[in-house]
Amino acid sequence: MTVSHGIVFKVNGTEQTVEVEPETPLLWVLREQLGLTGTKFGCGMALCGSCTVHLDGQAIRSCVVPIREVAGRAVRTIEGLTGPRGGPHPLQKAWVAENVPQCGYCQSGQIMSAAAMLAERPLPSDEDIDAVMSANVCRCGTYQRIRKAIHRAAGEMAASRGGDS
Amino acid sequence: MTRRPSRTGASRRDFLRSSVGTSGALVIGLYLPGCARHSIRRREMAEHAERTGEFVPNAWIKITRDNQIIFTLDRVEMGQGTMTSHTMMVAEELEVDPGSIRVELARAERRYDHDQFFMQVTGGSTSVVEAWQPLRKAAAAAREMLRKAASAAWNVKMSECEAQNGAILHKPSGRRAAYGELTEIAALLEVPSPQLKKPDQWKVLGTPLGRLDAPAKSDGTARFGIDVVVAGMVNAVVIRCPVIGGKPRAIRADAARAQPGVSGVFPIRNGVAVVADTYWRARSAAAKVEVDWDEGALSGFDTESFRKELAHRAEEFGKNVRDHGNVDRALASAATKLEVVYEVPYLAHATMEPMNCTAHVSDRGCEVWAPSQAPGLARELIAHMTDIPFDDIVVHNTLIGGGFGRRLAQDYVAEAVDISQRIKKPVKVVWSREDDMQNDFYRPQTYNVLKGGVDAEGNPIAWSHRLVAQSIFGQIGKDWLSAMMPDWMPRVAKLMMGRSGARMFKTSVLTDGTSVEGAVEIPYAIENLNVEYVEHEPGVPVGFWRSVGHSENAFVVESFIDELAHAAGRDPFEFRRALLKKSPRNLGVLELAAEKAGWGKRLPPGVFRGIAQHESFASFCAQVAEISVKDGALQVHRVVCAVDCGQVVNPDIVEAQMEGAIVFGLSAALKQQITFAGGRVQQSNFHDYAMLRMFEMPRIEVHIVASDESPTGVGEPGLPPIAPAVANAIFAATGHRIRRLPIESELANVGKIR
Ligand code: FES
Ligand code: FES
Repeated sequence: MTVSHGIVFKVNGTEQTVEVEPETPLLWVLREQLGLTGTKFGCGMALCGSCTVHLDGQAIRSCVVPIREVAGRAVRTIEGLTGPRGGPHPLQKAWVAENVPQCGYCQSGQIMSAAAMLAERPLPSDEDIDAVMSANVCRCGTYQRIRKAIHRAAGEMAASRGGDS
Repeated sequence: MTRRPSRTGASRRDFLRSSVGTSGALVIGLYLPGCARHSIRRREMAEHAERTGEFVPNAWIKITRDNQIIFTLDRVEMGQGTMTSHTMMVAEELEVDPGSIRVELARAERRYDHDQFFMQVTGGSTSVVEAWQPLRKAAAAAREMLRKAASAAWNVKMSECEAQNGAILHKPSGRRAAYGELTEIAALLEVPSPQLKKPDQWKVLGTPLGRLDAPAKSDGTARFGIDVVVAGMVNAVVIRCPVIGGKPRAIRADAARAQPGVSGVFPIRNGVAVVADTYWRARSAAAKVEVDWDEGALSGFDTESFRKELAHRAEEFGKNVRDHGNVDRALASAATKLEVVYEVPYLAHATMEPMNCTAHVSDRGCEVWAPSQAPGLARELIAHMTDIPFDDIVVHNTLIGGGFGRRLAQDYVAEAVDISQRIKKPVKVVWSREDDMQNDFYRPQTYNVLKGGVDAEGNPIAWSHRLVAQSIFGQIGKDWLSAMMPDWMPRVAKLMMGRSGARMFKTSVLTDGTSVEGAVEIPYAIENLNVEYVEHEPGVPVGFWRSVGHSENAFVVESFIDELAHAAGRDPFEFRRALLKKSPRNLGVLELAAEKAGWGKRLPPGVFRGIAQHESFASFCAQVAEISVKDGALQVHRVVCAVDCGQVVNPDIVEAQMEGAIVFGLSAALKQQITFAGGRVQQSNFHDYAMLRMFEMPRIEVHIVASDESPTGVGEPGLPPIAPAVANAIFAATGHRIRRLPIESELANVGKIR
């Protein structure tokens, strides 16, 4: 295994250079090299979604994406998630309003999956939510509240878009 | 875990008491009155205030001169909401806004020992129950001292000084002093024992206050055990024997040692430690280590032969844990008789945050950061392992990514301490999901023979339940009992008492309440009733799993009562109702759930209902499940849940706990089992130990019974009724009785048989 010299990529808008083995999963680079511990390790096999972040806007499971594939691209983590006008993302506010988290361990991943979905489908149906959010496990069983919080955030985003026009 | 004495058998607490009691006279020191441990001596309090300006009237509350109110939470926050509910109790009596309180997590200290378990643990759905009186009293005492301080400072009557929103107000003069201004005077006063506020005076308690930890858990800033970083820390992973209990015989690790960042590969008690600068480097290097294992005692263990073993043991008479009337005679005279077998599998906890611990053993002592439900037990264990004096062992708590009982065991702490002791550096040990799944303390697998009889009028007249199960306390009693002993006791004496206590469970001198809970205290009025317990120990590690014995036994009892209802040709709800006349709280939740679910009303075509009720942890819960089965595929559409948990601290948290317990219980009922082949756990990750996911999520409705009773547990009681409610609905839908879990594999078997 060779240490690659300087993989460069963007995290939450800032350029970062890391020196790690090119096969190191993005998850562990975020957590260990960059100290971004909001992204969690749950399974290491793309089965639970705890490690979900955005890579060029797409939700990905960072536990199975080697850092070499991230070179030159842009990553967003829960720490860098913001709403359309800056500040906390409407999903984060909805998560608090609906009291979604229990232990909270899965919730960064849940929010990142939901945020990527809303970017593509601003008003998701229950079926859309089933299709996308079924990739994220919550052992504490907060699914019902996650669904409600997504609808709430989507509604609020739609209302504020309406306010713009 | 059992919290209160059950009606007929003794609770776990009583078992522990009796086991401790029979082991010698050394226990007197344990029976301190609950509050004394939490109080702080008056002189200490005054001196502390003089030094720091802080008012610290007890072990939980601290008010600083600059008006910060700090509450030390001595029960862990693992999702169940202690951070919010306990802070609400303090806020109510202290007359402050709960949002203004800073919550700190307590480290392990004997003054935070649990009133019933005699050590610092969070479990058994007891956190609110246990804090309810002492914590509110502590906050009320602080409030009264601040009022008195103000009245002294202003030379006015105390009755004119009112506590309001973090300040004392003298109404007649309009004078006002923030708590922070009064700390030094208050600290000179005697700690009173004031009256608590009446429910009609509550402003905070009983409201659906938002969770205080929700913001940090929604923006990635919440720090869990796995996120701990300590200066100079290295990372380690442990290669474990594929058979639990196995030990390394030979290691070939040259290739691993040559990997970048790797600083050590060496055998430890339970495997091979690989140490590196980062987790990922340790994990990658571990893949290159070759180990020859001595597989140990479980080497040939196999689920299919174990089932036969259990069935064989079920032919013996067990220990009578409940017996009244004459079951044999009643069965002989019954118009309809049933004899059936129920089985439940081993289950893993699979907390979302895998086991992990950070430890630093140095010349100065041992410091540990652990997501642990039992920091008191961790401290005890470290003392035994390292010979470090108690006072030099510091156990910090962290937020916990799910506990469910798994983190009552301290194996992950022991491992990290062991590794740190060898490398003399701070080390974080993180388990892989596979490590976690395959090295758990599993919910016991059980085997149950049920016999029942119904007379010609359709009344149940006989019930017999022979339960074959493993004793959790037979395995862990040793560590637990020794940790319960006071610190002044010599270590050898502690260990001896622990061992003798544990032996009593194994030899059935004592019955492990966790094995029979939920089976013994059947509330149904059946005249001839017998419950027998056969303890069987195969050596598979077992532990507390959300609702413990209730999780197994409610499925068995609530399914079999349903069988008797059908055998009697009666409606399952009405049948139960008639037998619960003397159990008003069971009846209350049963009727509420049935009413809210529209029991007896028409359902959409293809949808069927099942009902179940169960008491656990002194709370009562009933559920109605609506399901459909199409081409062998089960879907749960809706669950209506009624719960009676006494007075409610925060109804939204109660609802959330019911929702969570139902999902946890559904995952188990539908999908989960831990099986063994050749001693190896066959499941490894979420693909073969599956969880309910969003698309399978039923609509859950929770209804809380209004009550004036003291609060009782909510973390676990929502779980036991769900498996039988669903299984009973499947019977209604298909005529097929589920007598073995998980349901999805049972339905698949039925499909094959057809
Ligand atoms: S940790 Fe990446 S999907 Fe589970
Ligand atoms: S909140 Fe605990 S796993 Fe989702």
